[in-house]
Amino acid sequence: MAYAIEIKDLKKRYGNGFEALKGINLNVEQGDFFALLGPNGAGKSTTIGILCSLVNKSSGSVSIFGVDIDKDFPGAKRYLGVVPQEFNFNVFETVFNVVVTQAGFYGIPTHVAEERAEKYLKKLDLWDKKDTQSRMLSGGMKRRLMIARALIHEPKVLILDEPTAGVDIELRRSMWEFIKELNEQGTTIILTTHYLEEAEQLCRNIAIINSGEIVENTSVKALLKTLSSETFVLDLDETIGEVKLDGYEIRLVGDGSSIEVSVMKGQNLNDVFAYLNDQNAKVVSMRNKSNRLEELFVKLIKGSK
Amino acid sequence: MSSSEIWIAFYTILRREIRRFMRIWPQTLLPPAITMTLYFAIFGNLIGSRIGEMDGFSYMQFIVPGLIMMSVITNSYSNVASSFFSAKFQHSVQELLVSPTPNWVVLTGYVLGGVARGLCVGATVTVLSLFFTHLHLHNLFLTILIVLLTSVMFALGGFVNALFARNFDDVSIVPTFILTPLTYLGGVFYSISLLPDVWQGISMLNPVLYMVNAFRYGILGVSDIDVTWALVIICAFIICLFYIGLTLLNRGRGIRS
Repeated sequence: MAYAIEIKDLKKRYGNGFEALKGINLNVEQGDFFALLGPNGAGKSTTIGILCSLVNKSSGSVSIFGVDIDKDFPGAKRYLGVVPQEFNFNVFETVFNVVVTQAGFYGIPTHVAEERAEKYLKKLDLWDKKDTQSRMLSGGMKRRLMIARALIHEPKVLILDEPTAGVDIELRRSMWEFIKELNEQGTTIILTTHYLEEAEQLCRNIAIINSGEIVENTSVKALLKTLSSETFVLDLDETIGEVKLDGYEIRLVGDGSSIEVSVMKGQNLNDVFAYLNDQNAKVVSMRNKSNRLEELFVKLIKGSK
Repeated sequence: MSSSEIWIAFYTILRREIRRFMRIWPQTLLPPAITMTLYFAIFGNLIGSRIGEMDGFSYMQFIVPGLIMMSVITNSYSNVASSFFSAKFQHSVQELLVSPTPNWVVLTGYVLGGVARGLCVGATVTVLSLFFTHLHLHNLFLTILIVLLTSVMFALGGFVNALFARNFDDVSIVPTFILTPLTYLGGVFYSISLLPDVWQGISMLNPVLYMVNAFRYGILGVSDIDVTWALVIICAFIICLFYIGLTLLNRGRGIRS
């Protein structure tokens, strides 16, 4: 079975000499929920730009569902829906027209386009805004409009470039519910985001790109297993004095009503809980100090420099 | 894409272009109507009555074909230049670039959008001219053919301009410093037979002269140049500009990094 996306030795050098991609190789399986992460300027947007024909590649090959973009780019584009980072619709068009017009560019007859526009605008809570000029929408609505537009030709791969930037929490959650639903129905999702907890919760596989090179490409599970230690914050019902437990690094936080525990690979929290129990300290809540993927991300990016 | 899908994509672009200039009619359709009415009133009526006949016609009748052609040229050009550049500027051109629509369809759609505006304005100006003079039609087929081909040619020019343009100044440079002088010196207001031989020769290098005269021939039956030459020159320009526009589009000039 062909990969949803197959990238081989992809290079991009811009006119000013900047080498944005230094020969990356990447495969995304059909039906995957894939995260492409990296710091600003790492090459994520260039990669996505090449996939959807907004950037000309310097060399290498790209296939979308087995269709080589050098041989049949229009054919390959049919499989792809793109939600870009920046708003790129005609701001003077109504919401409905933005979506229906995009369908026309894919050769979809008007009556089919209008039915689909209604379906996706309703799904994304934009139906009551269908006659509103798109410039009048809020930031979150504009993002949802771009998702509806990207889905109008019912693509097999949906690329979301920072889709939740500037979107409030409630909206972000409903947006992800919808995207998860799409993925469950078989649509391959490729996501770039700066919210790494999103990538951890949603994605099965992950690639980390830095300075135009892929520095990690694995499953989220496998990547998280490589964590050598995790730091947890335990909130206690009362303040505690000194905490000392052999083999564990434990620090008091603030007035001692919370502690930070670093758990190395092979260790477990049961020892800590047993120790706290002996001290008559009750744990009322517990959380990771920072996102696990974030810790790995920072480590990998630093390591690749 | 199948032929029916290509047709839908083309129709979508054309419909969007027509909707655009109709939506902003106070900016696109009204100004040329007002400007040309002033030309008719001042140059045709007030000054023209003192000039007398030109090539056997009243001055007003003589300048009407040139003024219609002038409005068609400027509107076909500026419609495509401003519309495509705006799409570049606000990145909405990406909607087309990510789609499977072939580049020749994109080019044709935008160009015919420009032609639609050029013809709309041309028809409006023609109707307005009838309030000032009467026109008889010498050759209807030639008149329509010339106005169509001319608007196609200048719409293509506007598209190439928009591809190269990096800011709004670049969009206005060509109309201001090239198109307007060529149009004014292209026999809109005078017959080149009034010019000294040297200037007549230089005028023959101006492509707008051929279009204005061929159009005038279609309406009045008089021309300073051979109409066949006009058709050959316009068609040659169309072929060249279409090739340039399509090549630039395929290379992604100004629209892809």
